Amino acid sequence: MALSSNTSTVRLTSTGPATHIRVTINGTAVEADVEPRTLLVHFLREQLGLTGTHIGCDTTSCGACTVHLDGKAVRSCTVLAIQTDGRAVRTVEGLEEGGKLSPVQAGFTEQHGLQCGFCTPGMMMTATAFLQKNPNPTEAEIRDAIRGNLCRCTGYLNIVKAIQSAAEKMRAPGGSP
Amino acid sequence: MSVSPPHVDGGMGQRVQRKEDARFIRGKGTYIDDVKLPGMLYLDIVRSPYAHAKITAIHTDKALKVPGVLAVITGKDLDAHKLAWMPTLMSDRQMVLPVDTVMYQAQEVAAVLAETRYAAADGVAAVEVDYEPLPVVVDPFKALEPGAPVLRPDRKEQSNHIWHWETGDKAGTDALLRSSAVVVAQDLYIPRIHVSSIETCGCIANWDGVNGKLTVWMTTQAPHAIRTVYALVLAGAGIPVPEANIRIISPDIGGGFGGKVPVYPGYVIATAASVLTNHPVKWIEDRSENIQADSFARDYHIHAEVGATKDGKVTALRVKTLADHGYTDAAANPSKFPAGLFHIITGSYPFAKAFVEVDAAYTNKPPGGIAYRCSFRVTEAAFTIERMIDRLATQLHIDPAEFRLKNFIPPEAFPYQSALGWTYDSGNYGGALRKAMELIDYPALRAEQAEKRKQGELMGIGISSFTEIVGAGPAHTFDILGIKMFDSAEVRVHPTGAVLARFGTKSQGQGHETTYAQILAEELGIPVGQIKVEEGDTDTAPYGLGTYASRSTPTAGAAAAMAARRIREKAQKIAAHLLEVSPADVEWKDYAFRVKGVPSKSKTMAEVAFAAYTNPPPNSEAGLEATYYYDPPNMTYPFGSYICVVDLDKETGQVHIRRFVAVDDCGTVINPMIVEGQVHGGLTMGLAPALLEEIQYDAQGNIRGGSFLDYLLPTAVETPHWETARTVTPSPHHPLGAKGIGESATVGAPAAIANAVVDALAPYGVTHIDIPIHPWKVWAAIHAGKAAKGG
Amino acid sequence: MIPPAFEYHAPGTVAETIGLLSQYNGEAKILAGGHSLLPLMKLRLAEPRALIDIQRIPNLAYVKEEGEFLKVGPVTRVNDLLGSPATAAYPILRDAAREIADPVVRNLGTVGGNLCHGDPGNDLPACWIALGGEMTVTGAKGSRTVPAASFYQDTFVTAVGPSEMLTEARVPKARPGQGSSYFKIEKRVGDFAIAGVATSLVLDGKGRIASAGLGLTGVGPTALAAGDAAQSLVGQSPDAAHVSHAAKLAAEAAKPSSDLRGPAEYKRAVVEALARRGIERAVARARGGK
Repeated sequence: MALSSNTSTVRLTSTGPATHIRVTINGTAVEADVEPRTLLVHFLREQLGLTGTHIGCDTTSCGACTVHLDGKAVRSCTVLAIQTDGRAVRTVEGLEEGGKLSPVQAGFTEQHGLQCGFCTPGMMMTATAFLQKNPNPTEAEIRDAIRGNLCRCTGYLNIVKAIQSAAEKMRAPGGSP
Repeated sequence: MSVSPPHVDGGMGQRVQRKEDARFIRGKGTYIDDVKLPGMLYLDIVRSPYAHAKITAIHTDKALKVPGVLAVITGKDLDAHKLAWMPTLMSDRQMVLPVDTVMYQAQEVAAVLAETRYAAADGVAAVEVDYEPLPVVVDPFKALEPGAPVLRPDRKEQSNHIWHWETGDKAGTDALLRSSAVVVAQDLYIPRIHVSSIETCGCIANWDGVNGKLTVWMTTQAPHAIRTVYALVLAGAGIPVPEANIRIISPDIGGGFGGKVPVYPGYVIATAASVLTNHPVKWIEDRSENIQADSFARDYHIHAEVGATKDGKVTALRVKTLADHGYTDAAANPSKFPAGLFHIITGSYPFAKAFVEVDAAYTNKPPGGIAYRCSFRVTEAAFTIERMIDRLATQLHIDPAEFRLKNFIPPEAFPYQSALGWTYDSGNYGGALRKAMELIDYPALRAEQAEKRKQGELMGIGISSFTEIVGAGPAHTFDILGIKMFDSAEVRVHPTGAVLARFGTKSQGQGHETTYAQILAEELGIPVGQIKVEEGDTDTAPYGLGTYASRSTPTAGAAAAMAARRIREKAQKIAAHLLEVSPADVEWKDYAFRVKGVPSKSKTMAEVAFAAYTNPPPNSEAGLEATYYYDPPNMTYPFGSYICVVDLDKETGQVHIRRFVAVDDCGTVINPMIVEGQVHGGLTMGLAPALLEEIQYDAQGNIRGGSFLDYLLPTAVETPHWETARTVTPSPHHPLGAKGIGESATVGAPAAIANAVVDALAPYGVTHIDIPIHPWKVWAAIHAGKAAKGG
Repeated sequence: MIPPAFEYHAPGTVAETIGLLSQYNGEAKILAGGHSLLPLMKLRLAEPRALIDIQRIPNLAYVKEEGEFLKVGPVTRVNDLLGSPATAAYPILRDAAREIADPVVRNLGTVGGNLCHGDPGNDLPACWIALGGEMTVTGAKGSRTVPAASFYQDTFVTAVGPSEMLTEARVPKARPGQGSSYFKIEKRVGDFAIAGVATSLVLDGKGRIASAGLGLTGVGPTALAAGDAAQSLVGQSPDAAHVSHAAKLAAEAAKPSSDLRGPAEYKRAVVEALARRGIERAVARARGGK
């Protein structure tokens, strides 16, 4: 094993010149220095410690890293942290409000819409954004909406039921996503 | 006055919401990559672009100049510590890092250690390796031809043949097939696939040089077995660490399916790096590495023959198989049989004679051999027999449902000794098939199909009536490094009646924290909310062999029940003391200890628990806890019948699954919600290899389909709306009658889908189509059929 | 997987962007949605020295009918193309947009990226070819117009030079009697196409085909025009015989190669089937159907 000599400090996230960004994360203003190439998912997980957002692939194929950027569902593995400067990001950690599960979270646990839980945050973020646009979806529309979020455990049926159940909760008086 | 039935909150049979969900739906699970230790370094791996090549030089200078890169580790570095190779469970050996030769594309070549994940990746990109390409062997049949390059010159046997295994009555089978009125033969290829749990594999190794303690966080399905392997490998490398100073922590796991059973080279390299640097070292593989280099599943080339009498009764079965194991036999196979449980291949049928032989070959492909959500080699077996049963039925012009009902091993024949030596515990195969036929209205479907055929439309109905074999396993048939395949439960009842229970298994999404708690709730009469289940930390959990092969409920579930019953034995004495009667006058009834004949005089388990610590009977030991190591007397044999309806697009070859009815029988059900969820997931992992998944290699051994761009997992769109139901035939030898359900559907579903597609194509004379059934294969089959019929 | 380091610029104008592209002399890449580029960079198949993020340039995201055209800004997100009221008369674009990747990717993936990436599996190029669309390409010397039919030069090679960018994509404004469609099949949703066929045609007052365009996805080094197929329809009534004939010609225009998605002859057969279905659907829509 050859040891190199140029290793004096441990940099936690950055190996190159950094840029200062200001982002609203789950409603809280955050400032940080990021390297241009820092992926949003690494910024969230490594710099901010928000590890609920997961990485499942390298190719923008699995949806495990889905978060909201200005209210739209996006893949945080395919967005640069620097691109979120001045914008708002919501992660799974921001779904619960006032200690109350969101309808989507409640739907997932009530309908057994998760097993290992790894795809679940991304799945719930996709579902949440989808239900805001389409509060009364058909099963086919739900399946299409989550087609970019892969789940290896559940066979999707209970995820569909979870989203249907969340939609019902949201349509009920006083419901909100 | 109405009497409500005796009830304990969260007891067996209730749809209890899962305890583990609370953290997962809030993003508060702790998966391997979520663990961060002070001073942690990152490891990333340089991989081979060649399938077979000599490494002539590894240039590390550029990599070492990358800011943040600390070291580049090569096979020669590891060889100096006798760590360049590691043993496999199949008495073969596997490279950790190659000293001079790479054996498959994407094999580990060197490792870069850096201060950050990003620097490690840059270091990997900067390592330059010189290779001298060697002849590549991709096809296992060619590997066995005379003159083929010998891939493993390190072995005494200078050939690519690894082993031959056979079982059954060869002469008797040959004779019976010769005298059978009808014999069908078929080549089937069960392709190489990959489990692709959405979380990839990874570890953090943390060597504490001061205390001589090694802690490894690892996404492993079998933490204790890993601990023992670590102790043995380290001792072999001249680093003797007492097993008590090795701690394996398996955190929340993002799906396993067998892929998180093996020890991967990355784990060993990270551990070596931690020992050498005294820093925690994290290695997390990316998706391409996961698919391209982690253990594969299946890759069986099968030739099957089955016979029947003129009036349609099965006679004998003969199967010859070539297994492609890649460059080393690193199968995660805990059985005494090199081909795992492949000889469950007689399935649900009373073959009088059977003979199976398997040969294994080396090729320039990644090693492994894991099960892909089944017991090792069981899906290969179930697919083959259920395809062959359809072939026979077609040949005999008997409806495939009728043919099965006519042939099934009858319920009264259990326990049933199969022609290849397994003793099936219980079954009612006809019951499951009839229920599935009723649910889907089989006669109506056949009528619709006849009508559609007149219009030239292609509709198919496929059946699969599989028998599974799970719950490894009895000491006489299974072990890992000699360790018997028991599993364990340690149950402590605290003074307030709350329970802490620890197990040697490890959930990867199956919901153990809930299921085991329900078993204990049922057995102890304590509400499920008062019971906490822990797994995965070898410093605290009792020794166990882990979770795979649907073994958790058959083994650790049984251990939970048995430990609880031990607790009840002691508790009964305490209850008698409290009730001031003799223990013989107390019985456990309706979730409480009651005085016989005076059921109103009773003590709950919580009352007894409090007394166990505050007021134990004179001359007795305080406390209320028990441990049980359960060695199952037999395997369990879940079964089911699936019916699939497909519509094919004649022009494009697309397969649309219109309906899929699954009737499963896993014996006693502990949580019906979880059981249904397991079936849904299993069905989807049955659909996957049937229609989508395959890892192919070109003639140079280049992988085709090494990322999620080409290796296509089913999405919610292809996946049908599963329709499930069950029959209940308890296992007679399991304390709860439970059999295990995690994998049945993966085993049973592929044949139902393939049989449906072949049935749809019957008008073209098609009798078989290899999986995965991609649209072009359907189209090609139609065109070959048209050509054969003269257009 | 980690992309290699790069310099990042987020210019505020097209002129600034062109200046930066010239400055990097072919070593910079434009970042729009990033959903093709960033995965390639993570796999280290692309290592640009700089990324020029055009998403903060105002007025590059729009879908509007203006003059003789439907005009689409390059930074228009695919989901905004799909959801825009302006595309109601262009069902081909909505068909295609629905087929692109998945709904989450489409939130960031852009029309410009889909048109300029140059992957033969992209869906919008065949649509632009079928519709007879054109692109505005802007460089240091100003802007030029390139017809979609000559925009695609080879796999990953388009008419956009190293120091140029796409600044607008247009298709002729929908006419009365126009119908269009996009059909594609995949092994699994979200996979690259086995084959796709884009169709646009206009029926005259007598129900005959006055003009037609066909584009093919995934069956050649670039998106292809099936010109003979389209031409064969012009002046004809859209009866089964003419439609079948055109579909056969479309299959002949395909230049598929054999790969994991199937042998070439299969893909050709798929093109024929999809072309027939596509023309029939376009005709039905031209007659007012869905």
